[in-house]
Amino acid sequence: MMVRTLKMGLFYLVLIALALIVLYPFLFTIFSSFMTENEVSVYPPPLFPSSLYLENFSKAVETVPVLRFILNSFIVSGAIMLCQVMTSSLAAYAFAFLKFTGKNALFMLFLSTMMIPWEVTIIPNYLAIKNWGWMDSYQGLIVPFMAGAFGVFLLRQFFLQLPHELFDAAKMDGCGHFRQFVQIVLPLARPGLATLAVYVFLNHWNSYLWPLLITNRPEMRTVQIGVAMLQHEEVMAWNLILAGVTLALLPSFLLLAFGIKQLVQGITAGAIKG
Amino acid sequence: MPVRMKSSANIAKWKEHLLAYIFLAPAMIVFAMFLFYPMLRSVYLSLTITDPRGRVAEFVGLENFRDLFWSGQFYVNLKATLLFILLTVPTCIVWSLFLGALTHHKLRGMKVFQFIFSMPVIVSVGTGSMIWLLLFHPTAGMLNYFLSLARIPAISWLIDPKWAMFSVSLMTVWMNMGFVYIVLLSGLQNIPDEIYESAKIDGAGLIRTFLRIVLPLLSPTIFFVLVVSIINAFQAFGQIHILTKGGPVNATNVVVYQIYQDAFINYRFGIGSAQALVLFVIILILTLLQFAVLERKVHYQ
Repeated sequence: MMVRTLKMGLFYLVLIALALIVLYPFLFTIFSSFMTENEVSVYPPPLFPSSLYLENFSKAVETVPVLRFILNSFIVSGAIMLCQVMTSSLAAYAFAFLKFTGKNALFMLFLSTMMIPWEVTIIPNYLAIKNWGWMDSYQGLIVPFMAGAFGVFLLRQFFLQLPHELFDAAKMDGCGHFRQFVQIVLPLARPGLATLAVYVFLNHWNSYLWPLLITNRPEMRTVQIGVAMLQHEEVMAWNLILAGVTLALLPSFLLLAFGIKQLVQGITAGAIKG
Repeated sequence: MPVRMKSSANIAKWKEHLLAYIFLAPAMIVFAMFLFYPMLRSVYLSLTITDPRGRVAEFVGLENFRDLFWSGQFYVNLKATLLFILLTVPTCIVWSLFLGALTHHKLRGMKVFQFIFSMPVIVSVGTGSMIWLLLFHPTAGMLNYFLSLARIPAISWLIDPKWAMFSVSLMTVWMNMGFVYIVLLSGLQNIPDEIYESAKIDGAGLIRTFLRIVLPLLSPTIFFVLVVSIINAFQAFGQIHILTKGGPVNATNVVVYQIYQDAFINYRFGIGSAQALVLFVIILILTLLQFAVLERKVHYQ
């Protein structure tokens, strides 16, 4: 009994040590963003802030347009999310429920787009955006990503799993495909649509290279680029930089608290079993 | 009468075809404009020399590719890429698997540890790199402070060519472990409890059970994580752009970063496209190889 308790104690001790290692960069970020300039300029800086000093956030917001960066990211990721949910659900409906010539070939074509990595398309896309005068514009950040093959597959799987009886009944009532799509399939597929929406939003919230290439003016930067640019602001003290980082992390942290884990599991389950 | 029915059935069929194409059109237009056309355009650009605005100045055939394979630079970049993959992918999978093996039980408090080990999933490359940029700071960074507590001399994490790739990899493993951990954990939790119990009855030890029984059952999940991680590692850009800019002396200058420099710093779009295509082919071959060689060893139920 003694040995067992001792073993369990040791087990939890190891886990706590491992958890601290993984957590440390977060703790460092959050604690530093509450420290005063005096506190961070001591070496080594204290582990904990002496008080909840909120000035950093307001100062970070004043010196760099952090809120503007966050707003830009929300606009861009939100618009991409809405467009992808629409284009993907339309295409997925066609692949799941409609009969048409070339269905298999088109499906393969959609599938193949997942094999094209960004580095082969980014140079021509960049040149195109530049030619169209779309640099530093929302459409330059949004339009190239308005559709994604991944969403089409995810939703197609989801649509195929919906109960067939419903559609037979709808057909008997003379319900056309468009009405069936809007009034039956979309409402039933809400969990699938939500999964796709969160996935797409997070992906584009985190995207780095494309906004780096497309935006030059500070007021068009997305939050990832804006935060990374903080390193070049000579006046910025660490506590201010980390306050900016904390603000940028906040939306994704809220997502984690609300079940991003289910999201990742849901998405990978299809890939592993498929 | 039968003739009319047939023709109305034909019209319905025709209408369904039309509707399908209308439904597919929005996605198809985006793919055509921003994936298929650019891909072909890349092939064309790789055979040319462009002016700084991206207009084709001269068609040079395979010269870009010849320059690429004959200059030493490409192999330096490729070596850096492979080193980065080697340092990040196996480490991240083994580390996450270790944490998953410790925390997939239904013991008290495991939910908290599972949450903590999943947390890095929220970190994007921009925020993550900024955090580590400060942690790596040679004189005021916390990592060197912790080393000094252990009486280990300070390391120039990002400035020393011997350490730079290691440092970037360390940050990358931390950033990617959240996703890998969540996937492996759900794989571990899908293994039925009876399997552990019957192994216990057979008197197999914990480590033996894990290696002999759990790992084979988990192999589809590990395979999935491996393929995804390698593809991602080939394309890692943000952390290198923020932390080292490919330096010091090319130590972290991976292929993708070289493409960025050639195309978007020096405006040499032709050679940039050529490298992108070579990288694409390498990734494609490696992925197919993994499916051909490794997937046979994967144990599907």
